[in-house]
Order: sequence, then structure tokens, then C-alpha cells
Amino acid sequence: MSEEYSVEIVNPEKSFLSKNDVTEVVVPAFEGEIGILKDHISIISFLKPGIIKIFSKSGEESFYVNDGIIEFKDNNLSILTSLILNLKDIDKEKISEIQKSAEEEFKRSDINDQEKYLLDQKLEVLKSIN
Amino acid sequence: MASLDDLKKRISSVKSTQKITKAMKMVAAAKLRRAQESAEKGRPYSDKMNNIILNLSNGISDIDNAPKLLSGTGENKVHLCVVMTSDRGLCGGFNTNIIKKAKLYFQKILDEGKTLKIITVGTKGYDQLKRLYGDNIIERISFKDSKNVNYFDADKVGKIVIEKFDKKEFDVCTIFYNQFKNVITQIPQEQQIIPLKTSEKEENSLEDNYEFEPEEDEILSNLLPKNISTQIFKAMLENSASEQGSRMSAMDNATRNAGEMVDKLTIEYNRSRQAAITKELIEIISGAESL
Repeated sequence: MSEEYSVEIVNPEKSFLSKNDVTEVVVPAFEGEIGILKDHISIISFLKPGIIKIFSKSGEESFYVNDGIIEFKDNNLSILTSLILNLKDIDKEKISEIQKSAEEEFKRSDINDQEKYLLDQKLEVLKSIN
Repeated sequence: MASLDDLKKRISSVKSTQKITKAMKMVAAAKLRRAQESAEKGRPYSDKMNNIILNLSNGISDIDNAPKLLSGTGENKVHLCVVMTSDRGLCGGFNTNIIKKAKLYFQKILDEGKTLKIITVGTKGYDQLKRLYGDNIIERISFKDSKNVNYFDADKVGKIVIEKFDKKEFDVCTIFYNQFKNVITQIPQEQQIIPLKTSEKEENSLEDNYEFEPEEDEILSNLLPKNISTQIFKAMLENSASEQGSRMSAMDNATRNAGEMVDKLTIEYNRSRQAAITKELIEIISGAESL
């Protein structure tokens, strides 16, 4: 039996990526990274800023996501996200832009701990890829 | 009857108007294609989002503790209406149709003695509403500067709505927009987004058993604000496709009318020219006869 399943990434503007020969996807879920293999139990979770890794027959791909929700059901993985960037052809300027706005937001005093945690995560990830 | 010169001027002015409307029609057609494409591409996101929320809300056992965005505040006193219109005119009945629909709703709300608050998105809506409902408008937003509809604009509107909800400024939120059906038909819609209506498709998703991480409530309370933005984004996409479609058919009509007018004026011009010639001839002939 094959060990492959399909994944679809959509952002509000369009369907960003759709593949059906994926063996494993690692997503930065809110409570830690999750690796999803075929026949995983149905799961809904949401993402913190981080890197999505997709392993398929054609190789490995990495994407940066700002946030998102994942739903896995019947060997279909849907990832909904508002901002996604392919790490392969990443735009350094765009990253610095995001980083800057995140840093500014981090300094604000009216955000709660959860938001602070998410921003902290975001900065860390951005620094690591920039 | 107008003089020949006047007729000539009128014909040329109608012709140049026709040129403008023709150009606008062509621009609208090109933009429509793009808007339609992005409306179609945007659909999977909002559909999936809707599905997940349905699954989640079905999984919630304790209705009383459900997030307020889903279940409402329990009251029904203050209504917030988000009226989405275009920033530009010359698009037929596009804006008027939305406003008409919205006004009906406003009247109903006010007749029931409830409080009405309005947010207008797009300048044309504000222009049409400010005379009658100027005091009810609490916020007006315009995205004149952004070229294409994008999610971050929608998110801005969504955040404003949620912020007001958190401050308990309203109980029910409804958005008004035009749904794009085809180039000639756009249907004005009212859609309630807070509290969320989950009447459709409830049965077929019940058997799904999901694992949630973190807990359902937490996911739901994170997801619902996003859903608001997504719904607004969807409405914006539909609206922009509708706007271009409406403009296209309006400009098409205008071009055709201008063509008809040019024909009529040309006939009139030719007739009066002929009349002038005939008159001159008669004068010459009768002059010659009297000699």
C-alpha cells in the first residue's frame, strides 16, 4: 500500500498548493510541531508562526506561515492560512518587513500574553530564516 | 428646429461620449475577468473555513459556554450593519441596489425600536446614506487606495467589527453586499455574521470525530474572529466582481444608447440639410419664374 496522501494549502486569495503524493507534513501547531503521516486520526488544530515542511516523492519543500488552521480528514490535509511564503524563492525584503511590524507590535503594552508568545515565536522563526 | 451647426455639435459631442463609455466598458470587462477569477479562487478558503467551523460548533457540548461570537450576547437590541459599496460611480444600479436592501432592513430595525449602528465600506454607500442615517453611521471605511481587493483590507474591517463587539457596542452584525451571479444579474445580499448562523449542512457532518489540539473552545474562539474577516473578504470579492459586471452592462447600454442617439441626430441633420437645399431651390426657381 502506498504511504501517500494529499495536501492542499489555501490562502484567502487562491489555492496556493495542492499535492497528492505527500508522505509526511510537519506543521507548527499551537502546542508544538506535529508530523502527519498517512491514516492519521482526524484532527483540527491551529498553527503558530513557523515553518511547514512537506515531504513528497519529488522532494522536500518548506514554507513560512504566519498563522493558520489545519484539518486532516480521510487522508486529506487542508491548511488554511492568511500568509504563506515559499522558502525557496523567499523575498528578503518582505521578511524584514514582517519582522519589523512584528517587533513594533511586540513593544506595544496592550497585548496579552498569548499574543506576546505568538509574536515571540514569529520573531524567532523570522530571524532563523533571514 | 435646431440649426445645422447645433446639430453637428451635438452629434460630435454624443460621439465622444460614446467613445468614453466604450472605453469604460472595455476596461470593466478586463477588470471583471480578473475580479471573477479571484472571487472563484477565494471560494475554497471560505468554504473550508465554514466547514471546519460547522464541525467544531457541532462538537461543542456546552452551549452556554460557547464563545459569544457564535452564540451571541443573548440580547437583540443593538444592530450593527456593515454596508459594502464601491468607491466609484458609473456602475448602474450597483450601489443603489445594496442601499435599497439596507434601507429596508434599517427601517425594520428602527420600527422595532432597536438601536441601529452603521459602518460603511466604500465612499458611494456613505454618500447615499449620510442624509437619512447620518447620525447612525459610526464609522466609514474606504479602500480607494488599494488597487485590488486583498485580505488585509478585509481583516482591517473584521478587526474593527470584533473590537466593537468585544466592547459590547452591538449584539447583532449584518453585512450587505452584492452577490455576483452573472454580468447582468447581481443579487443584493444581507448576511448575518454575528452571531453566526449555522443552519445548513448540520446533519452530514455529525459523524465526524475529530481530535482537537488545543481544546475545541480555544480553537473556536481563535477561529471565529478569522471567520468574520473571511466572510467580509468573500463579500468584498463578490462585490468587486459585481461592481465590474454592473459597470460593464451599464456602459454597454450607454454605448448603445449613444449610438441610437447619433443615428437619430444624423437623420435629423440630413433632413434639415435637405430641407434647406430644397428651400433654396424653390426660392431660385420661383425667382426665375417671376422674371
